[in-house]
Formats: sequence, structure tokens, C-alpha cells
Amino acid sequence: MTTTAVRPGKRRSYVSGAAPAANGARIGTSGKTFQVVSIIVLVVFAIIWLIPSLFALKTSLTDNGVAALGAQAILTHWNPTLHSFASFFQAGDIWNWYLASGITSVITAFLTVLFASMAAFALSRLRFRGRNVTFLLVILGIMIPTQVLIVPIFQMLNWMSLLNTYWSVIFPQVPAVIAVFIFKQFFDGIPAEMEEAARIDGANRWQVYWSLIVPLSRPVIAAVSILTFVGVWNNLLLPLFVLSNPNLMTIPVGLATVQSSFGQRYADIQAGAILAALPLIILYLIFQRQIVEGVTGSGLKG
Amino acid sequence: MTTAQAPAAALIKPRSARTASAQPRSISPLRRGDGRSGWLFLAPFGVFYLVFLIGPTIYMIVASFFNTSMVHTDLGSFAGFANYAEMLTRPDFWSAMWHTLQFTIYTTPPLVIFAFVFAVLTNRVRHGQWFFRLAFFLPFILPSATISLIWVFVFTPATGLWAYMQQLLGMTPGNGILANPNTAMIGIAIATVWWTLGFNFVLYLAGLQDIPRELYEAAAVDGASNWSQIRFITLPLLSRTTTLVILLQIIASLKIFDQVYLMTSGGPGISTQVALGLVTGTAFTDNRVGAASAASVLLFIVIVAVAVIRQLFDRSAARREA
Repeated sequence: MTTTAVRPGKRRSYVSGAAPAANGARIGTSGKTFQVVSIIVLVVFAIIWLIPSLFALKTSLTDNGVAALGAQAILTHWNPTLHSFASFFQAGDIWNWYLASGITSVITAFLTVLFASMAAFALSRLRFRGRNVTFLLVILGIMIPTQVLIVPIFQMLNWMSLLNTYWSVIFPQVPAVIAVFIFKQFFDGIPAEMEEAARIDGANRWQVYWSLIVPLSRPVIAAVSILTFVGVWNNLLLPLFVLSNPNLMTIPVGLATVQSSFGQRYADIQAGAILAALPLIILYLIFQRQIVEGVTGSGLKG
Repeated sequence: MTTAQAPAAALIKPRSARTASAQPRSISPLRRGDGRSGWLFLAPFGVFYLVFLIGPTIYMIVASFFNTSMVHTDLGSFAGFANYAEMLTRPDFWSAMWHTLQFTIYTTPPLVIFAFVFAVLTNRVRHGQWFFRLAFFLPFILPSATISLIWVFVFTPATGLWAYMQQLLGMTPGNGILANPNTAMIGIAIATVWWTLGFNFVLYLAGLQDIPRELYEAAAVDGASNWSQIRFITLPLLSRTTTLVILLQIIASLKIFDQVYLMTSGGPGISTQVALGLVTGTAFTDNRVGAASAASVLLFIVIVAVAVIRQLFDRSAARREA
């Protein structure tokens, strides 16, 4: 290698042109065969990977009576109906679940982004005694498996009389240590000169954070917000035990209760599965890049 | 930065160390008062960190030494190591641990091999990359509730899609993969591989972006085939990603709960009961917080041990690269 120009961490963006150029100009017969074989293998597996979702979608658009007959009937029956979705919306529970999932996900994402970025600002941009020790604690916190703490967290919420409130789902998910870590890494890359210029112009630390650092950090704020939103929306363990009031249940908990009571109404069950995922699928189609990069970043750093 | 601070400073990424030393040696007037604001900026996160992360950790450890119950608010009578002794001698604790290990063994190889192959091939095709990214990654953002409802339905005995496929392939569908104690965990593993492969897939894709194009070009000039490029360039240069993926998968397996709870509730019998299922069952069904805490602490220790290995590995890999 000529230089050490390729650094880990700063990777090239996700563009399709990033495929190895080895297949470029000097493409030989073996290269062509390889391309064809690659595409065939990928297409076969991509179809396998899509089948369960598409089958669920097909089932949800089938009549409950037909769906009860089994997979063969579902696949050969062409009379789509939105009956299962309609009955879900008419029954009304789904609206409460959407509301609970939406409120808890949005508030948790907001609090996590605000508090974690403030903490990261202190750890990255301010010099004070105990800063390194604090950062060490943050790093140690990454290793704490929060799921294992479900029992003591339940007890704490019980003492605070927060069980069966949205707060019982929100508060325990706010201290996402990985978010501090991601913000700190981003802030470390912002040149100190900008901040010092602002300080000399008379800005205080809060103004530096709010009017300089936060606007510069929009991409990482977006990534952490979306990832937190998805994480809270998908969480089952915490809301399952801290929410017992059916009106407050989030979507995964609501569906877990539906599964047993719906019995053989397979079309309805699959409609529920799709309704639970629908907001996330829309979110994914809009913020594909942020989600993929965020997931990758948290996987690599967390 | 002085050497006295070395242990803590060593944990900080080199980049921040550089910024720090770029600061003027003497305390600049702008830095005066950083301390008080520093703590103020840390306070909101710190409060939640202490109350909902450190607090519960300490309470879990304390309660594991007491006969704490769900129905009383106090700790209950002192139990010494009785909760640990009970857990370590209970057959269902060990079977839960075994099921967790079983799940790890079933899911890790396909999650590593498929993710690697799909990522390398996707990275090499010139058209339709977006489609493969969508197909392989989308399941990962779905809620566990959705994937469980889908797969329980796919695995419906006799009439489900799985049984139908088996019939088409000339096999005799049994009484349902999830209904049989010997195969239920395989069913959960299949659903999990389908669900979480996308995570490893994007980690590998990211790793592939870091391999310099010039290496492939040089190899191509030397007449290396696609296969030997993958064998001698891609595979070794992605070994760091592979180790990371395996360690993350082990940690995730130890914390598995959702799929098991939703697909089999630990059954049939206790054939798919996992560690976290045992913990929540002991606490919320048997009301025995003390015993559940002891099990939690044991699980906690195992997970943290793997996480420490992961951090050590990360740092040594980063040092080798630097």
C-alpha cells in the first residue's frame, strides 16, 4: 500500500459504484460467468427471503375462511379483500396501540437525542476534572445488557408508581449509552476553531451547543432519532411487563395478546402483523440510507 | 495529556486525544468554568443513567441475596447464597442455559456464512444492488411480534406454507416443527436467521467498502480469478468483521426472549425455555424476585464477559491497524 489513506471509520458512502472495479474494463469470460452465477444465487436467495413477507401479505388479503384451509388454498385463491384490515380498524384497539407506540417512540427518541448529545458535548468539547472517568463509565455502560435488568427496572417503576403509564416504557429506554458514544465520535470530528471563534464572539456554552454543534450534527441526530424510534417501536420485553392496561399497550404487546384470542382467523392475524410493521416499512423506504448507516455504525461501535 | 491519566486516556480514541493536546497548555480564559457547565450538560443523561441503569444493576445484585418477593415492597429476609445455590442446582436453569447455547449454535453459522456470501456477491453485481439490500435487510427492522406471527403461521402443522413446501419436495410434513420438542428450537432459529441476517449483511457491506479497490485491480492484473480474489483478499480482510459478527451474535443469543416468548412460550414443555424466559417466569409468575435476580446476575456475568472479550478484541484490532 502506498499511503495510509484508507482509514477505518471514514468509509466511502453507500453508492452502487463502490462495487470492486476488478470486474470493470478487463472483464473476461470467467468474469462474466462469475457475474451470471452471482446474480442467479442472489436472486434465488432474495426470493426466498421475500417469500415469508409476501405470503403474509397475500394471507392478509384473503378471506379468513379460505386462509383457514391452508397455504395451498391461500396461494391459489385470487379474490383479494381488505376485510381483515377493515375489521382491525373497526375494532379500534389498533388505534390505541398505534398511539401508545407512536407516543413512546417519539418521546424516547427526543429525550435520548437531547440528553445523549448534551452529555456527549460535555465529554467531547469541555475540559474538566473527572471527564475521563465519566467517559470510562459511559464505555462500561455500553456493556450492560438492559434486557437482563427487566426485573429490577419493573421494581423501580413500581416504587415510582409509574407502572401502566407511557413513562414506564419511555424512561428506562432513555439512557442509551451507545447514543452518547455515537454523538461523541461525531463531535470529536468538528474542528475546535469554529467553537473558539464563537466563544470569542461572546457565545456561552449552551449557545455553542445549540446554535453551532446541533445544526452541524443533523445527520447523526437523524440517525440516532430513527434508530431509537425503531428500537422503542419494536421493543417487546419492557412494555409486555410494565403495561397491563389494554388501552395503553404498544403494538407488539397488543399483537401478542391477539395471537391467542384470534385462534384460526389467520387472515386477521397476518393483517395485524403487517399493520404493526407498516410505519417502520414506510420509515425505512424514506430513510433507507440513515437506517442502514446507523445500524452499521451502532453495530461497529456498540 | 499527562501520563498519570494514562489508563483512562488510553480508552479514548486517538482523535480526541489529538484535539485535547491541540489546546493551549495554559488554561485559556475560554476554558474557565468548563467544569460546572460540564456537569450541567451531563446531568440529565446522568440522572437517567443512574436511575435506570446503575440503580437496577445494584438492586439486582442486592436482591439476589434476599428472599425478595413481588408482593412485598421490602427486600425480605436475608438468604445468603441460597438463591444462587438453588439456581445452580435447578435442572431447568441448566436446560435454559443449554437451550440458549443450542440457539447460538444453530443461528451463528448460517448468519455468518449467508451474510458474508450475500454481501460479497451483492457488492460485485453491477445492477439491482438496491433490490438485494431491500430483500435481505428489510426483515431486520420488523418488530419481533410481526416476524413471530408470520413464522408461527408459516409453521402451521399440516396446512402451513412450510408443510406445503415439504409436500412439494416429496417430504412428509410432521406434526409441525414448533410442536415437536426436538425441532422447536430449529424453527425459532430459522425465523431468527431470516429476521436478523440483514444486520450482519450491512456490517459486511460496510467492511467491503473499506477494502481498497486497488488490491482487486492489482490482483486482476496478475490474473487472479474472481474466486481467488475473494479467497485471498476479501476473506482475510473481513476477518475482523467476522469476529465482530460472531461475538455480537453470541451476545444477542444470550439475551434472546421475544421470538421464544411469542412463538413457543418456551414450549413444548420447557424444550425452548431460555435464560431470560426463566428470569421473567421466576419473577412475574412465581413472584420470586430474589431467585430471579440470582439468575439475572449469572446471566449478566456471562454477557458482560463476552462483551469484555469483544472490547478487548476491538482495541487490539484497532491497535494492529494503527
